[in-house]
Amino acid sequence: MSLAGTIERINGSLVVAKFEAEPKIGDLVEVGNMKLMGEIVRLSEETAYIQCYEITSGLKPGEPVLDTGRPLIAELGPGIMGTIVDGIERSEIELWKLTGPFVTRGTNIAPLDRKKQWTFEPKVKPGDRVIGGDILGTVQETASFQHRVLVPPDLKGTIESMEAGDFTVEDVIGQLRTPEGSVELRMMQTWPVRRPRPIKERLPLEMPLMTGQRVIDTFFPVAKGGAAAIPGGFGTGKTVMLQQVSKWADADIIILIGCGERGNEMADVVAHFPEITDPRSGRRLIERTVIVANVSNMPVSAREASIYMGVTLGEYYRDMGYDVAVMADSTSRWAEALRDISGRLEEIPAESGYPAYLADRIAEIYERAGRVVTLGSGQRVGSVTLLGAVSPPGGDFSEPVTTHTLRFIGTFWALDSELAYRRHFPAINWLRSFTRYLAVASRWWSQYERDWEQIRAKALELLEEASEIEETARIIGEKALPDEQRLVLLLAEMLREGFLVQSAFHEVDTYCEAEKQVALLKILIDFYDMVEPLIHQGVPIEKVRDLGVVTELMRLKERKGVEPIEAAHAEMRRQIDQLAEEYEVAVR
Amino acid sequence: MTVEESGLIYKTTTEIRGPILFVEGSRDVAFDEVVRITTPSGYEVTGSVLDVSRDWAMVQVFGETSGMDLNVSVRFTGETLKIPVSDELIGRVFSGSFEPLDGMPRPLSTDLRDINGGTINPAARAVPSEFIQTGMSAIDGMNSLVRGQKLPIFSESGLPHNQLAAQIARQATIPGKEEEFAIVFAAMGIKHEEADFFREEFEKTGALSKSVMILNLADDPPIERLVTPRIAQTIAEYLAFDLDMHVLVILTDMTNYAEALRSISIAREEIPTRKGYPGYLYSDLATIYERAGRITGKKGSVTLMPILTMPAGDITHPVPDLTGYITEGQLILQRELFLRGIYPPMNVLPSLSRLMKDGIGAETTRKDHADVSNQLYMAYAEGTRARGLVRIVGVVGLSERERTWLRFADEFEQRFVNQGPYENRTIEQTLDIAWDLLAMLPEEDLIRIREEYIEEFHPAHKREG
Repeated sequence: MSLAGTIERINGSLVVAKFEAEPKIGDLVEVGNMKLMGEIVRLSEETAYIQCYEITSGLKPGEPVLDTGRPLIAELGPGIMGTIVDGIERSEIELWKLTGPFVTRGTNIAPLDRKKQWTFEPKVKPGDRVIGGDILGTVQETASFQHRVLVPPDLKGTIESMEAGDFTVEDVIGQLRTPEGSVELRMMQTWPVRRPRPIKERLPLEMPLMTGQRVIDTFFPVAKGGAAAIPGGFGTGKTVMLQQVSKWADADIIILIGCGERGNEMADVVAHFPEITDPRSGRRLIERTVIVANVSNMPVSAREASIYMGVTLGEYYRDMGYDVAVMADSTSRWAEALRDISGRLEEIPAESGYPAYLADRIAEIYERAGRVVTLGSGQRVGSVTLLGAVSPPGGDFSEPVTTHTLRFIGTFWALDSELAYRRHFPAINWLRSFTRYLAVASRWWSQYERDWEQIRAKALELLEEASEIEETARIIGEKALPDEQRLVLLLAEMLREGFLVQSAFHEVDTYCEAEKQVALLKILIDFYDMVEPLIHQGVPIEKVRDLGVVTELMRLKERKGVEPIEAAHAEMRRQIDQLAEEYEVAVR
Repeated sequence: MTVEESGLIYKTTTEIRGPILFVEGSRDVAFDEVVRITTPSGYEVTGSVLDVSRDWAMVQVFGETSGMDLNVSVRFTGETLKIPVSDELIGRVFSGSFEPLDGMPRPLSTDLRDINGGTINPAARAVPSEFIQTGMSAIDGMNSLVRGQKLPIFSESGLPHNQLAAQIARQATIPGKEEEFAIVFAAMGIKHEEADFFREEFEKTGALSKSVMILNLADDPPIERLVTPRIAQTIAEYLAFDLDMHVLVILTDMTNYAEALRSISIAREEIPTRKGYPGYLYSDLATIYERAGRITGKKGSVTLMPILTMPAGDITHPVPDLTGYITEGQLILQRELFLRGIYPPMNVLPSLSRLMKDGIGAETTRKDHADVSNQLYMAYAEGTRARGLVRIVGVVGLSERERTWLRFADEFEQRFVNQGPYENRTIEQTLDIAWDLLAMLPEEDLIRIREEYIEEFHPAHKREG
């Protein structure tokens, strides 16, 4: 059903229109002669307030508005994987082909390619009883991704017919007999992006999302199905970090949402992801990645929609039984879009001009993360892990978006500009960050090292102690400190340089496997445990620092595999023994 | 601005509030449409529609409203703001609203471009990766610029940011290719002598013949500054993507631009956020900055260098802060270094070039470049930390290691960052100076550099070999 109306007023991205009858809030509308896309955000009898997804310049009062009668939806089916879409799911590659390198307004193209044929292999046969969420069949969408075509959530019945073969997303692949009559089945389904897709049950989180990034995996892990926030001022490396996690995380599917960020960064992802080989499958990373790109100079309202779009796509792949990681860069730009629209609606602002419902909206988004049993027969498990960058103004973490976000996430990676200035990347501040998934991670890590939790705790304790000692050192100078404390400082330095600092651009160091992470951390702690008694017995700290093995320990991260670590262990033992002998002291 | 002489004329202005006019009874007016306002005395200014309903329109005026009364005639032109583009723009000087200032006639062309431009489709962007050698070590060595990048200079009043921008404009080349940049220079609210400085600099080096200057000076109407950078970017896009030129755009001073935006917002009684700036400052700045870049299949490029003065040197002020979130890095000038006589007084620690990684390396600069830069950062950070310590415990309180860092930091500023305003160093020279400095440190402290590069480039090993 579509409803007609006319424009009354245009104020930036907000268009006020009068309809002949009451439209529905949330409905998608076509605005003006240019047929710009928009969404009804407020209603007062027949007057609708529309946030327009495209630039409104040139629109005039009196031009027509058409209510499409449906909310903003995502088209779900084969054809999205490996592509780049905008905030309302239009393929940016298709737009480029159609209108040239600059985005043109009013270009309404369907998200899923209607002409492309996919080879569908049924997994059900006539007579089978199916419910919403069951797998009808599969399509090998890309070399690394098998698309599972699902029964839409609200349907159930008996399969009357089901065909194998090449189909477009709109072709009928079978018939379902339901109590209400026979229904045609297609590969494409739709879902309103602002509504979470239904699940059977939420599950407790059981394992960490491994990213190959030491400071994350070892110190501040995020669980599969959990949520993490990465706040940091500009230049602290949020984007590089999200890209690193996208590259190396052991999720099946990666969804990267560029929400109001730089066009060149999106170009970088588009250019480089196809070159990156997935360490697990040996296939191209892009084959299991979807990019939702709504750059900073695209209209703010489409930016607001882009996060919901990305999360909905994530939930759809989760429902197939995959582990999905959704990265949103940056949620602050999304919140600003919310603020912009709220301001134009003349709502009374709460903090910093943000609407009072900001916290609710943030919560709604992060609550869409989770590990679940999906709809359908059996116990198919999937997860959505949500990682959101936050860009606090002035790098001040006490601003509303950061503080509200902290309430709804499990892992907090606090980025620090001081670390970034000395090119300590990832610039995650180990004193301010936290994880609520330690128990989950600990269970998982114990398969590599029984004492993982103690070793990790010891390392954090030393880092923490070092920062306190540094406070003192700042007043009296390092030289005046007792050697025991200077040893803690040395170890903190070794932990920083040899473990925490990880180069995204070094061919070996860019990804660190779990086994190597444990071995590296263990050897550094072993070093401390072996040297500490020596210092107690009077061996000067300078002698310890001069041990050749100190530099080697900091360079182990650059060496492939764990063998060099084992070799270094023996050498470390030898050098320490020698030092002990020299000073005639006992070793542990 | 060339606008067809057409459209209905209204004399129904009911309110003038700062730079904003309310016109009653208007019909068929489009959002963002250009408006011509004429006072009874014949003074004519341009404006544009900010908010429009069936029977009224709110207009922002890009000129002086003081002295205006409600008897002004307001003509709605039916067009959005467009400028004529052609290759004849090169070498010309215009006002902040595109009136000729060089005594030559208005440019004519049938090719009219909307000054708001379009958004480059992210899928159509090409990744900027061509290293630009500026001849300045602090930039080339540690914050390398690439073609198509947007890299602002964050400065303070009284610091030589103009000199730095002019030196970059003068010296910027792609090593191995002798293509020069065309320069689009836009001034917003800067002083006459600053504009003259740029004009003379460009004249001296012959750059003027391949530059376009758009000047809104300190005594020009502030609201005009809202269109000045957009005109500049429109010309730059045309030169780059229609005429295949490599364009360097200098916008100065973006703080004045933001203040103009703020005054419109306040006149509209919008809800202010930090320091009275509107909530959409980020998005608005993005519509200017994001027009820089490269496009797949096009030869030209737009490289953007906005200059802004941080009020009271505060980097968390909304203008530098939001700029930093949009641009691909920032170059930060610091008063302390300036007072010590370092030119350029660039504080490299908070400075950053995000696109550096794509522009440097074995094929473009040298394979050790990234590691060397990283190591310099780390060593200089240690050195400045030691410098902080000296203030409290004195040099005697430092360990031998800390003293080395300290010496390094001093030498680094004097020999690496510091250079003459007409000194043009090749990237090789820059990296060689870097290695000379790094040789002051014990070799085992060069932890950020790959061992094989130390073998190959460290002066000690070079001498042996």
